[in-house]
Amino acid sequence: MSTTYVGALELASGAVLVSAVMTLWRRQVRSIVTMLSLQGMGLAAVAIILAVHEHDKALLVTGGLVFVVKGLVVPGLLRRVSKLDSNSRESEPLVNVPSSLVFAAVLIVLSYVVSSRVTSFAPTEATHLTPIGIATVLVGYFMLVTRRRAVSKIVGLILVDNGIALVTFLLTSGVPLIVELGSSLDVLLVVVVLQFLVVSMGRHLRTDELAEMKALRD
Amino acid sequence: MLVILVLLIPLATTLLAASFAWRPWIGWTSAASSAGVLGLGIALCVKTSDHAAVLAVHGALRADSLSSFMVVVIGTVSLLATLFTPRTLRQEIESGVTNARYARHYVVLMEIFITCMLLAVLTANLGVLWVSIEATTIATTFLVSHRRTDGAFEASWKYVILCSIGIALAFLGTVLVYFAELHVGGTHHSASLDWTSLMAIAPHLNPDVMRLAFALLVLGYGTKVGLVPMHSWLPDAHSQAPAPVSALMSGVLLTVAFYALLRFKAIANLTLGTSYPRALLIVVGLASLLLASAMLIAQRDLKRMLAYSSIEHMGLLALGAAAGTPLAIAAVLLHILGHGITKSVLFLSSGEIYHLEGTTEIGKISGLLARRPVLGGIFGFGLMALLGFPPFSLFLSELSMARAEVDVGLWWVVAITLACLGVIFGAFARHARQMLMGAGPSASTGSTSTAGSVALPLITGLVVCALIGVVAWPLQSLLHSAAHVVVP
Repeated sequence: MSTTYVGALELASGAVLVSAVMTLWRRQVRSIVTMLSLQGMGLAAVAIILAVHEHDKALLVTGGLVFVVKGLVVPGLLRRVSKLDSNSRESEPLVNVPSSLVFAAVLIVLSYVVSSRVTSFAPTEATHLTPIGIATVLVGYFMLVTRRRAVSKIVGLILVDNGIALVTFLLTSGVPLIVELGSSLDVLLVVVVLQFLVVSMGRHLRTDELAEMKALRD
Repeated sequence: MLVILVLLIPLATTLLAASFAWRPWIGWTSAASSAGVLGLGIALCVKTSDHAAVLAVHGALRADSLSSFMVVVIGTVSLLATLFTPRTLRQEIESGVTNARYARHYVVLMEIFITCMLLAVLTANLGVLWVSIEATTIATTFLVSHRRTDGAFEASWKYVILCSIGIALAFLGTVLVYFAELHVGGTHHSASLDWTSLMAIAPHLNPDVMRLAFALLVLGYGTKVGLVPMHSWLPDAHSQAPAPVSALMSGVLLTVAFYALLRFKAIANLTLGTSYPRALLIVVGLASLLLASAMLIAQRDLKRMLAYSSIEHMGLLALGAAAGTPLAIAAVLLHILGHGITKSVLFLSSGEIYHLEGTTEIGKISGLLARRPVLGGIFGFGLMALLGFPPFSLFLSELSMARAEVDVGLWWVVAITLACLGVIFGAFARHARQMLMGAGPSASTGSTSTAGSVALPLITGLVVCALIGVVAWPLQSLLHSAAHVVVP
């Protein structure tokens, strides 16, 4: 087993998690979007490294798809949303940035505990890295819960999605191509839908501070 | 061929609606296409009644009797909902809520929505099942925000965020199933998430992986089903969407997601035995039932009341599936059909009530029976059907589910269920008395007649529901053959 392969895989997976944590640290929406773009490229790199290692052509196609969709198109769409919004800072998250970073560390430890039973029955270099994917998912959920701006919530959702994609690549070298195509398309459409909603809500409610959405309740 | 045709009909209607500007005849074409789907669904049921599956497109599409039954449910409810398309859109255009451009979007999205649900039940691949259920989220988001009010945008925002979170968990669950499939017996071989091959190797899947996978799937698809704890999108979305959309979402979308759970439960049962899947489903089922009864007591809005009742019925389905015997699953399927028809009749008549009274607030609606006997009568009988009065089919299915639960020793679940149903009955009776009997404002307000185009489909729906309750025998062999698919 070549150490280059293992090293490259670790580096690319690590980049996905680091960029997830960076999104918690940065407040400016534009730099958060840059992090997302880096994350998408890291994810594509994981797929391509695995594809080269396993001589899997379908996975190579998937890697290319991920690069375009998650590295370029989705961040591009989000960048457009943030341009429409003059005040593009996460003003006051429910949990402040230093505490968020501590939480992220706790979540990373937690994900190692959770994944150990699943990965132990098929131990390879790739499955050992699965906790990184789970940690990305958890960081995404944390962002969804604690950030109040609509754009930040979308970022959280994309983090969850990228984390799951990383788990998929590491555990199973990707799902069948037809499923991968479908799910990438779905993710893309969800972002389009959310973008539409942010823009319309901005026009109607004149805010995207979700705390102010209280019309519907029991 | 039949299978492909079922998908082609709504697809062709989508293209038709997309390529012409809105005219009422497009609405009627859409209703005709739903009727076509219903007819083909019945044909599929007949063809698959001998436990054989019909395959198409090199095995990518697959209809067994469970899928065929779901096609019938989708066909029935979408026929009811699409029959109201021309009327709903005309009213909305007249009152300036929408315009021709959005009317066209509405029809296109409705057809895409129906196509995605049909694909979900007809695909042989559990990954594609996930893709199609996720795609319904996208189509319905725009339908929920169709009225473009603050409330509608808020509801669709919550809907898309929560459902995406939930469905992401379901994807993770699906990936874990795929992982388990790849490593059956410790060797690395080809895997595809294909239903037939998964069922064949299910006893050999890794139990640790499947335990985690099934929990994620219950939580994930449970979001779409509207099961507690991921239910909070449901009352908002159902109360803000136009009535036919609420009818379709509540009547079939929830149960299509539940269909996915039934399939995965069959696999999990083979790998893990019955106790673990049962425990999970009992927890979410009872939680949904308890929450729904608590929220129904003090409910002030008619459509939210119906939405919480959907959470209640989904809880009942989860409990029925938890019992998991062939009788229980047959009852679950009958309940899916009965609830689909009843709930869509109620949502559609609530749309009519909203149009006439200008509100859906329960406290502001009164004396419906005296002022609008036909509409009030439909609504009253609909509520009775929903509460499980005989002769309606929900009575039969609730009774059979309870019997099946007692059979497997879950009598305590039945006891809690009955207590909740008692509370819900009380709550509904109070709200219904207010709306139907209460002293009307003054007899002179509004017209008293109800158009035949409104009354006829709704009454037919209720009559069908009652007929199924009285003479379930034509359905019996179908239900048992469908239950057999997931309880080998």
